[in-house]
Amino acid sequence: MLDKNGIARRIAKEIKDGYYVNLGIGIPTLVANYIPEGVNVVLQSENGLLGMGPFPFEGEEDPDMINAGKQTITTLPGSSVFDSAMSFGMIRSQKIDLTILGAMEVSENGDIANWKIPGKMVKGMGGAMDLVASAKNIIVAMQHINKAGESKLLPSCTLPLTGVNCIRKVVTELAVLDILPEGGFRLIERAPGVSVDFIIQSTSGKLFAEADVKEMDLN
Amino acid sequence: MINKKVSGAEEAIRDITDGKTLMLGGFGLCGIPENCISALVKKGVKDLTCISNNAGVDDFGIGLLLKTRQVKKMISSYVGENAEFERQLLSAELEVELIPQGTLATRCMAAGYGMPAIFTPAGVGTEVAEGKETRNFNGKEYLMEYAFDADFALVKAWKGDTAGNLIFRSTSRNFNPVMAMAGKITIAEVEELVEPGELDPDHIHTPGVYVHRIFQGADYEKRIEQRTTRPRG
Repeated sequence: MLDKNGIARRIAKEIKDGYYVNLGIGIPTLVANYIPEGVNVVLQSENGLLGMGPFPFEGEEDPDMINAGKQTITTLPGSSVFDSAMSFGMIRSQKIDLTILGAMEVSENGDIANWKIPGKMVKGMGGAMDLVASAKNIIVAMQHINKAGESKLLPSCTLPLTGVNCIRKVVTELAVLDILPEGGFRLIERAPGVSVDFIIQSTSGKLFAEADVKEMDLN
Repeated sequence: MINKKVSGAEEAIRDITDGKTLMLGGFGLCGIPENCISALVKKGVKDLTCISNNAGVDDFGIGLLLKTRQVKKMISSYVGENAEFERQLLSAELEVELIPQGTLATRCMAAGYGMPAIFTPAGVGTEVAEGKETRNFNGKEYLMEYAFDADFALVKAWKGDTAGNLIFRSTSRNFNPVMAMAGKITIAEVEELVEPGELDPDHIHTPGVYVHRIFQGADYEKRIEQRTTRPRG
């Protein structure tokens, strides 16, 4: 079973040289730490920055330079800043090659819910609805099961939706799964030490799994 | 040149009265019109509708206006950093419309470009789409979203001149340029106000035509919401 950093490490392997990538808050932010040497990527922050660099050194924080998580950050050579309308313009027109975001639930037909728990949590969708509606390539980083052991990969989402029929790849602490265009999860890889049976038990949505599924390579 | 300079925030907001709709620039606490917000708190105008990506934190930004119960309705995309906001929302003291961030930005842009509405795929099939007209273009569904209609836009820039031209700095640009274009009356507060001719026309982000009043703000706190650093070495 993977921890959050393990999920991030596995997702980083999906990033190809030359990609523009938007990383959501939470596990997706950690992916930046595992981008392989020699793979040139430009990170987009939807508040209006391409070319997000690492956190600043202590004492060099600039309140005017933050990422979408409101964290102080730096730029890199070749960075650019722009306004919010242009930022979502490049998202909508699919200039961003890959979007990585978190989810509370994903369904077997590719629906995603990650912005609201009625009566409990009302934070808002931020840029998530724009991203999932437009991105051509989305990877969801999420927990496969909640603390009570209940699956978050469902036949259909129970929470208010962020987007419909838009997710094609999910990476969890247990597995890498594709979502088939005709519906259903397909088990692609299992996390080290996790059995196919356990993944089957932990997935309440329709799951297609071969008896023999390869273990993730995290290196 | 037309001179748009006013003495300060109090004069700039003089005709903002109860019940008006305001746009406020900023992302989190980055690039917010601090001086205008303070002046609104001091003036005590009520029943405001505020269009802003976020709602500040409990003791800063729009959070100050929430604390004094001056806001009737918030139109935002993300409000996660404000406990007082969440309390007022869950107790139905505050009306809230949550909309996708790109939709928020583009509805501002539409107003500034003189377009009544835009089509976006964001929110199709979700509760955001309820009651909205949809259109199919090239096999994909889009929602029709209207341009905002705001009485005032309050924006913060880095530099400006008395002709109303604005230059923003780093990611404090965010919603400010699109909101500046969208207000019926746009009020810009800047860190440094200069005379016409001192800013290179090639470097202007917002042309002065969109700005009705401008002043040099004072005592910017520029609070950092998440101070993240890395060790030296």
